[in-house]
Amino acid sequence: MSEAAARPNDLMGLSEDEYDTILEIMGREPNFTELSIFSVMWSEHCSYKSSKVWLKTLPTEGPQVIQGPGENAGVVDIGDGLAAIFKIESHNHPSFIEPYQGAATGVGGILRDVFTMGARPVANMNALRFGSPDHPKTRHLVGGVVAGIGGYGNCIGVPTVGGEVNFDPAYNGNILVNAMTVGIANTDKIFYSAAAGTGLPVVYVGSKTGRDGIHGATMASAEFDDDSAEKRPTVQVGDPFTEKLLLEACLELMATDAIVAIQDMGAAGLTSSSVEMASKGEVGITMVLDDVPMRETGMQPFELMLSESQERMLMVLKPGREDEARAIFEKWELDFAVIGQTNDSERLVLMWQGEVAADIPVPPLVAAAPEYERPWTATPPREVIGPDAVPAPLDPGAALLTMIESPDLCSRRWIWEQYDHMVMGDTVGRPGGDAALVRVHGTKKALAISTDCTPRYVEANPVEGGKQAVAESWRNVTATGATPLAVTNNLNFGNPERPEIMGQIVGAVQGMGAACLALDSPVVSGNVSLYNETNGQPILPTPVIGCVGLLDDLGKRAGMAFAAEGEAVFVVGETTGWLGCSIYQRDMAGGTRGAPPPVDLETERRNGDFVRGSIHAGQVTACHDVSDGGLAIALADMAIAGRMGAGIDHKPGIAVHAWLFGEDQARYVVTTADPDGFTAAAEAAGVPVTRIGTTGGAALTLPAAGPISVESLREAHERWLPEYMASR
Amino acid sequence: MGKAPLMVWHGDSTLPDVDLIVVPGGFSYGDYLRSGAMAANSPIMREVVARANAGTPTLGICNGFQVLTECGLLPGVLMRNASLKFVCRDVDLRVERTDTPFTHGYSQGQVIRIPVAHHDGNYFTDPDTLKSLEDNRQVAFRYCDADCALSEEANPNGSLANIAGVLNTAGNVLGMMPHPERLADPLLGGTDGAPMFTALAEALAA
Repeated sequence: MSEAAARPNDLMGLSEDEYDTILEIMGREPNFTELSIFSVMWSEHCSYKSSKVWLKTLPTEGPQVIQGPGENAGVVDIGDGLAAIFKIESHNHPSFIEPYQGAATGVGGILRDVFTMGARPVANMNALRFGSPDHPKTRHLVGGVVAGIGGYGNCIGVPTVGGEVNFDPAYNGNILVNAMTVGIANTDKIFYSAAAGTGLPVVYVGSKTGRDGIHGATMASAEFDDDSAEKRPTVQVGDPFTEKLLLEACLELMATDAIVAIQDMGAAGLTSSSVEMASKGEVGITMVLDDVPMRETGMQPFELMLSESQERMLMVLKPGREDEARAIFEKWELDFAVIGQTNDSERLVLMWQGEVAADIPVPPLVAAAPEYERPWTATPPREVIGPDAVPAPLDPGAALLTMIESPDLCSRRWIWEQYDHMVMGDTVGRPGGDAALVRVHGTKKALAISTDCTPRYVEANPVEGGKQAVAESWRNVTATGATPLAVTNNLNFGNPERPEIMGQIVGAVQGMGAACLALDSPVVSGNVSLYNETNGQPILPTPVIGCVGLLDDLGKRAGMAFAAEGEAVFVVGETTGWLGCSIYQRDMAGGTRGAPPPVDLETERRNGDFVRGSIHAGQVTACHDVSDGGLAIALADMAIAGRMGAGIDHKPGIAVHAWLFGEDQARYVVTTADPDGFTAAAEAAGVPVTRIGTTGGAALTLPAAGPISVESLREAHERWLPEYMASR
Repeated sequence: MGKAPLMVWHGDSTLPDVDLIVVPGGFSYGDYLRSGAMAANSPIMREVVARANAGTPTLGICNGFQVLTECGLLPGVLMRNASLKFVCRDVDLRVERTDTPFTHGYSQGQVIRIPVAHHDGNYFTDPDTLKSLEDNRQVAFRYCDADCALSEEANPNGSLANIAGVLNTAGNVLGMMPHPERLADPLLGGTDGAPMFTALAEALAA
């Protein structure tokens, strides 16, 4: 076998079978540059080879959907000729190695995905997971990631309006940094990546190309080990001011009709952007790599093709429009270079110093990308734990104070005060509420945005946990009065080559799919991050959902703060006292056990639609979803936000601690000045509501607990994070 | 005022005929060298300095304040926040001067609430400059608590003497770190910034 003998020793992360496929496609040995291109295009990060077969099962369509998955970001119609364009993306591996730049460039990358499509970004969100607070690296990682997210978003001038953060030892060696951007565009000015047409100029704009980030996509497709710190050179460095210039220049050029196709250079840089454009346009592209603007001397073709230098775009222009485009980019002091042309060969040809450096047929490079049906085993079901099987606290009030000060439930103010969450002047609902509310500039409409996932539920039951992630983000958007439109998802899991991990992926996708269908919130974009393991220890399965909803009239919205004294407090939805997998059980009663709360999607839909309708009817003065920590935490949040107490005098028919801290789904706490009208409307809608008390006073009084002053709740809520970050 | 504002490009060297110059917030040139330092040397700023010195009311907010100190229109410097972290939150300010076109919509000693959003808002001068600022009543706003007291807790960035905004000696140039334009709309959570703009419109129409 002379062929086998000629194999390179390093297949760059490709398998032997994959290499055989490459030999078939090429009809010869690939050279080093060509093999590099196959390696990144067929990496897990770029090809979704382990997840694709399951991702295809997700609902992606609906009358509101203008563009589903497959482009740079998803697009939904928000009326009046406008569209919301959004996506969430992970930057987990780089953020663990170099937290500031890893997180910053995560924000930069997702911003580009959105403005590539013609949208002006109007909001950033994030979902973060860190290791145990006791782990020696955690404080450094929290500080660096938060500073990096803020540093990029603040400088480019897009508000970071919310997100979520959890701490768990399972993330000690693999933190998660998922960044989401939402933008707004005119529906008749949306830009896609298909380079249709031949003889068109291929144009490079933005920053120069350096050696940073080479093989970043490959790094993101492998497990970590103790030597991962040595991968620091594969992390990119962000330049948010250049991105601001690139944003303005792109939007200025997009106002003309000179652009045929545009694609940002993200993971795998010039390789994936050029292949994507050629493949979607069913054309060939020849590029002269000598013409790529370079930051340093002596760069080789494979470095130019694999560099993940930030703040770069590739465009295909209409012929003859180069000068007009060049003038715009030069005004913004950005590089502009015509580096190639489209043709009808359907091949990617790279020229370097007058010779062919690579020549690859595009359709098989894309279509023959491996797709695996990896073996999987379903996560075994756990037993249902009744409310009485979880010990009660001596004093529920003391338990509430302990829980509200804990790492997972305490105030995130220390984080969001480092993000400019008000720039652009449209942040109506600031961080700390259920969903952020961002006004559509110059209108009375707003977008409601939330990111959510409860990894301990997903670990216990991937199907129910997958449903719950969708349901909770849908519920958070609903609690503001907005109507959820669609979601973006970020699937963070361990090594898919292990059947039990693959089983988590399969289950979570099944649950998400069912929930998206039942809640009319299709998946329009997303990202998959696998191999989140260090030395064989996987993260908790963390399929994050980012939900975007539309509020037609900002006059018909609800916040979570108690609004006025003497108003009736209701729980919407049924409370059975489900303590399995609750925060109470985990932190106060010996650890996470049993089955997580089931998600009844029909009930979720009915209860949510009723709450939204009541907000629109003006019957609701405050509204908050019930999630981590149960009713007690929800009530405390509302009291702290309103600086007002409440007397909760309801006599639950179940164990009090289960009633207070149970995490039954599909529930909201609502206040109203019209209890009779509210009850009548609920009855008519077939939605169970229970009046549990009345707002007023300076203390929150819970069943079986003495009054707790709202001030002491606030102090406990605000204490932990700043003290933790200031300690050494 | 019935007129649309004109945007001026940093590379221009002439200003149109205007009643008010506003140097807004942002991250000019990325603030990579030092906040406001590069913008202070952009071609348009020569003309801004000339107009301001000739009496045109000039307002610098946030990065604009940093630019105005860097180009010498206002005394002092804005150092990194004492916390070393970016800070974005609503703060209470005590109004120290009401006899300027910017502040005559407020009352002396009034407490107003508007947000800050900056990394470098820690105002500092040498003792002599501070004394002359105080003697000439050039401090327009100070960070205070809700009861009007100048406490350390109320100071978001470590500014000397809780200074949030300063005037030039003539009173026609104001620089301030907090953002009055961000809370001038009830939907956004407050309107305490609005009187600055209505007062300016009145003063300039007169």
